[in-house]
Amino acid sequence: MMSRRIDIVGDVSHLKDYGFGPTALGWWGGLGFMLIEGMAFVLAIGTYLYLMPFEQHWPPAGPPPDLRYGTAFTIVMLLSLIPNQFAIRAAQKQDLRGVRITLLIMIAIGIVLLVLRGFEYTTLNERWDTNAYGSILWAIVFIHTIHLATDVYDTCPLALLTFTRDVDGRKFSDVEDNASYWYFVAGSWLVLYGLIYWMPRIVS
Amino acid sequence: MSIEQTVNANVKPQTFSDGSPMLASTWSDAPGFWGWLTTIDHKRIGKRYIATAFVFFVLGGLLALAMRTQLIKPENGLMGPDRYNQLFSMHGTSMMFLFAVPIMEAVAVYIVPLMVGTRNIAFPRLNAFSYWVYLFGGVMIWIAFAMNVGPEAGWFSYVPLASSDFSPGKRTDFWAQMITFTEVSALAIAVELVATILKTRAPGMTLARMPLFVWSMLVTSFMVIFAMPAVMLSSSFLIADRLVGTHFYNAAEGGDALLWQHLFWFFGHPEVYIIFLPALGMVSSIVETFSRRPIFARTAMTLALIATGFFAFGLWVHHMFATGLPALGNSFYTAASMVIAIPSGVQIFAWIATIGSGRPYFATPLLFVFGFFAIFVLGGLTGVMLASVPLDLQVHDTYFVVAHFHYVLIGGAVFPLFGAFYYWFPKFTGRMLDETLGKWNFWLFFVGFNVTFFPMHYLGLIGMPRRVYTYPTGLGWDIWNLIATLGGYVIGVSVLIFIVNVVRSLRNGALAGDNPWHAPSLEWATSSPPPSYNFAAIPCVESAVPLWSSREELPALSGVREDRREILLTRATDAEPQITWGMPAPSIWPLVSSFAVTLLFIWSIFDSWGVIWGTLPLAVALTGWFWPRKDDRGLKSEKE
Repeated sequence: MMSRRIDIVGDVSHLKDYGFGPTALGWWGGLGFMLIEGMAFVLAIGTYLYLMPFEQHWPPAGPPPDLRYGTAFTIVMLLSLIPNQFAIRAAQKQDLRGVRITLLIMIAIGIVLLVLRGFEYTTLNERWDTNAYGSILWAIVFIHTIHLATDVYDTCPLALLTFTRDVDGRKFSDVEDNASYWYFVAGSWLVLYGLIYWMPRIVS
Repeated sequence: MSIEQTVNANVKPQTFSDGSPMLASTWSDAPGFWGWLTTIDHKRIGKRYIATAFVFFVLGGLLALAMRTQLIKPENGLMGPDRYNQLFSMHGTSMMFLFAVPIMEAVAVYIVPLMVGTRNIAFPRLNAFSYWVYLFGGVMIWIAFAMNVGPEAGWFSYVPLASSDFSPGKRTDFWAQMITFTEVSALAIAVELVATILKTRAPGMTLARMPLFVWSMLVTSFMVIFAMPAVMLSSSFLIADRLVGTHFYNAAEGGDALLWQHLFWFFGHPEVYIIFLPALGMVSSIVETFSRRPIFARTAMTLALIATGFFAFGLWVHHMFATGLPALGNSFYTAASMVIAIPSGVQIFAWIATIGSGRPYFATPLLFVFGFFAIFVLGGLTGVMLASVPLDLQVHDTYFVVAHFHYVLIGGAVFPLFGAFYYWFPKFTGRMLDETLGKWNFWLFFVGFNVTFFPMHYLGLIGMPRRVYTYPTGLGWDIWNLIATLGGYVIGVSVLIFIVNVVRSLRNGALAGDNPWHAPSLEWATSSPPPSYNFAAIPCVESAVPLWSSREELPALSGVREDRREILLTRATDAEPQITWGMPAPSIWPLVSSFAVTLLFIWSIFDSWGVIWGTLPLAVALTGWFWPRKDDRGLKSEKE
């Protein structure tokens, strides 16, 4: 059967076929997943606060997590935002050399952070299976670790591609999205760090 | 900025109706089974999603019939309490997680890209992945059920009943992982739909001109994004309590059983509206088309959808009135539960005004809308009753509640859904469903539904609790249970007629043509079923009812490449063209990734290290998935 007839009234062939920020489709996917994961963090924080009144002391037994590794992790995380911002700028300027350098720096920082995170687990000062405080503490650090590991992992193939393939506008846009996600990983950690390291010290 | 500024209007006038051979070859799938496995066409995925969800609907319905048969008379020995527990748990689980939410999203996966005038859904590989994960999750829980390891603690799995003390073995673990499967898939679709709706609308389709079904899916998708993390988190906490010894819900070690209820209902109440809002969008589409006039009070309708989305997050505690919460909390949630009736009421009045001032044409889709009005309004009224704490405390956990939520869910969602099947079936298949069978389908469903569920109001008021596998004689419950069971069989016959209708129409139904209902929205501007590329050129929109304009031809734009999969991206608010965008080609990696996810989830039920080691194959699969191909390159990206 004949379809409805189409009347061409304009042309868009002069438009670019890549873009940055909300112009690009990938940005919206990243935003969606940040909203989902952000909501999970909000609810985990809510659970932490919800459980506090059930105990006489907080933490119920033993000291709060040691500040040493958690704080070192937080400082490195904050410093990583500098090269991260350079990565965004280099991507937007389509500066291949800049993108390569900043991605390699971000991978190195990511590995340092993963190592620090490993030590952080050893100084949480409570097991996950002792009480509900320990359970939510481990859950929060574990969920954040998944985000950290995911971003560090996916920066690796991205960096590799910038050395082995032609880098087109879409890849630069991917670099920008990847770096935006890093802001989410860092920003969410700042809130979580305040909660799990400082809340017990404030209320005790 | 107006559309004239981003579109070059100096074009040679051309008029045509079919897409070029190059367009067809660019967008077509590989032939045969390989093409079936690797397709990322939203229409093929949407159809298999709808079919799969419908299978789960029929399976869930058969469980309901088995339960009704058990309750047909007092002290019936057809099954024991353990089997009955699994039946009602699987019934609720199948209907809520495997049917209601997925089928609404499935219809949207098919319809929304067509309605907004684009060539595929945003993130089409994610869409394929979402389907496979959903399928494997559903199959897993049904296999578990068949092997006597089905869930047993109800569809909301309250602790401590669902804890390892009272639900030993793997039954509840399978349930908790089924949640993870279905929520991953639902969340993926929500992100795709948000991106599709906000970025790929046809030029000129401003937010104000967007069809109400698309609006309803936009609000629903945001609700999924904000609600579903709660159930993933709560079910992960549950499975961790059961498998690795955490104490989230263990009061002896500082946990709390009500924490489960808060987290679950923070998802569970919006869930009801996640099911209901798409149905409202379907009703708006049907009412507009069959009244043959634009919908009355469009702006108010849109605002009502948004308001419902917001209010839905402020009601969850009304499921917990019997848990002894502070009186102030109860009062707040009572008020909120009553307030949400207002936007629903606004929509009902607007539909009635549309029908009343239009020239209504009473085909089967509109009949189902009338059924929806009657049943949903009754369910809404008992909802306002249940919002009142004293009444809720009296009828909590009785058949009154069972009657109420079947009135709102079947009335509010399944009736519009059946209407939508009849309405969009010609677009899906190119053939019409039979109207006579359709009317039988409707009337048997309508009568059967009321015969089944109306007596349950009374059963609840005279004290019959829900979830009992049998009851003693002499309580005055016998006759009402008998009537309810007979009504259940009538619904079964009605669904059977629907299946017969579909099978017959697929074989030799009347050919539909592009737009058999003379509907106003863009999905009807292309052939039925649509070609792989949806539209021969990217359409432009000048009103909220584009196909009812006085133009004979569909205005459209050229300049989106045909030698590769490319779409046009437009601005979120005013749908102004911004850039073109290369889309991915078909791929096996979404399927492989879903295998890896399935391995990880099932492994973790039996060994908590599965969570760690299971990520390795997943990482490999995802790397394969995202490895760049030439399809999605920016070809115009020389540095300026």
